[in-house]
Amino acid sequence: MNVALLFIAAAALLALGVGFLARRGKDMDLEQWTVGGRGFGALFVFLLMAGEIYTTFTFLGGSGFAYGKGAPAYYILCYGTLAYVISYFMLPPIWRYATENGLYSQSDFFVRKYASSTLGVVVSLVGIVALVPYLVLQLKGLGIIVEIAAYGAISSTLAIWIGAAIVAAYVMVSGVHGSAWTSVAKDAMILVIVVFLGLYLPYRYYGGLGPMFEAIEQAKPGFTALSPHGNSLWWFASTVLLTALGFYMWPHTFGSIYTAKAARVIRKNAIVLPLYQLILLFVFFVGFAATLQVPGLSGPDIDLALFKLSAKTFDPWFVGVIGATGVLTALVPGSMILMAAATLLANNLYRVADASADDVRVSRLAKLLVPVLALIAVGFTLRGGQTIVALLLMGYSLVTQLFPALVLSLARHNVATREGAVAGILAGVATVVVIGLTGVSMKSLFPWLPAAVQDINVGIIALAVNFAVLIGVSLATRLAAEGASSIFGQARHTQH
Amino acid sequence: MRSIRWLAVLPFIGLIIGPFFVNRPTPFVLGLPFLLAWIVAWILLTSLIMAVIYWFDPANQEDAN
Repeated sequence: MNVALLFIAAAALLALGVGFLARRGKDMDLEQWTVGGRGFGALFVFLLMAGEIYTTFTFLGGSGFAYGKGAPAYYILCYGTLAYVISYFMLPPIWRYATENGLYSQSDFFVRKYASSTLGVVVSLVGIVALVPYLVLQLKGLGIIVEIAAYGAISSTLAIWIGAAIVAAYVMVSGVHGSAWTSVAKDAMILVIVVFLGLYLPYRYYGGLGPMFEAIEQAKPGFTALSPHGNSLWWFASTVLLTALGFYMWPHTFGSIYTAKAARVIRKNAIVLPLYQLILLFVFFVGFAATLQVPGLSGPDIDLALFKLSAKTFDPWFVGVIGATGVLTALVPGSMILMAAATLLANNLYRVADASADDVRVSRLAKLLVPVLALIAVGFTLRGGQTIVALLLMGYSLVTQLFPALVLSLARHNVATREGAVAGILAGVATVVVIGLTGVSMKSLFPWLPAAVQDINVGIIALAVNFAVLIGVSLATRLAAEGASSIFGQARHTQH
Repeated sequence: MRSIRWLAVLPFIGLIIGPFFVNRPTPFVLGLPFLLAWIVAWILLTSLIMAVIYWFDPANQEDAN
């Protein structure tokens, strides 16, 4: 057993131990398990939201993207920041409504707002389908980290099994309380590690940040600005907009809003979270430092940049510390995703099918579903190849389709009807699936457009289709309803 | 003071439209490529803007009562 492995094992045990301790003194009914009794203050809500944001995708993917593509990675900094601005206005009304109506999940919100259980089923299915690839991605990242950081002593397959078992165990025992407390450990570690790596590596290899970027500019001119084609300015602007709108549409992120004690907690977080985002800057520095130091990684291997450079630079014990941090960045979001998916299945699909089910039965079922879902995710992780990143982007495009129906429901007079909401979401999702399966791009759809505009993210089309269908069907159902009521009114009139 | 909320439009202009005008690696600002420095500056500004909105937004006083 090598020394790096020791640290990784310690992190896994810490997560498990903290998760188990977190349930102490609480009766784990559905409300405690999934929304923490709605009693979390600013710090915990902050950590939960941040905990879901700093995942293996940012730790490995953020540095890898900067390493392989350069400037396009900046989009991750921008969309998060704008999502927090939106959160200031959008989340407090959602929180208030959810608290007043005792809601547990994202689907509950749609069910209650539109008085439609059909819409709830549609939203739940979209959520679950989008969550599975997200969970798969965390497990895959976990496998990569453990295999490299343990210098091959543990295969990624074994690491994935152990990781999934740990997450499932602590989610079953302590629910969202476990995630919140593990977040404390994870965020403290990632803050220290990432800032250290982001400052030390450029200094060690180039003598500082400025010299590093100068060296990159010399070796690869224009690498740190957006290129005229492909991941261009138009791609950047449309992707930032799309992902900023979709940010809070993930079922597990939406669910963490419910844990807040007061609306002010959420607004206050909108001030601090943009600053917290800046940790990503240091992740990028690591990726940029690796560009000229460990060249040659391509395709999905760019995600290995951070660990390749770390292994080249540091002693095994420190690689172990970095690996331990990476393991936590996979476990915490993994636990939130797992819990959100289980709650959706039990509370929003099973309860619709069996109306007699009480809270106790739904709560028991949700916990039993946790290991089942973990098993499914492990299956996909071990089978899946490189298509996982494509699946994640598809997941993002899917959840963003919930945005129009959600945001319209917050207005005092909702223009959307339940039929419109269902039709809009289905149309948007269908567009995403068709685009995903056929691989069409703006270029093939609109060949006459200027080349720059053709780089626009195709997810925008799905959102536009969704919105148009939503408005069209809503107007149609409203007119039909008015027609019916005016005929009805006339009939009553003639009776008098 | 509810109109103070309109300040929230600024980050969108800075981060979505702004890059069209500052998409260049040089000059470096504090060692950062120009586009990256622009984005970082806007993130700091966004935090400040949200603090100003929070401070003046009557909704936060209402909730406190």
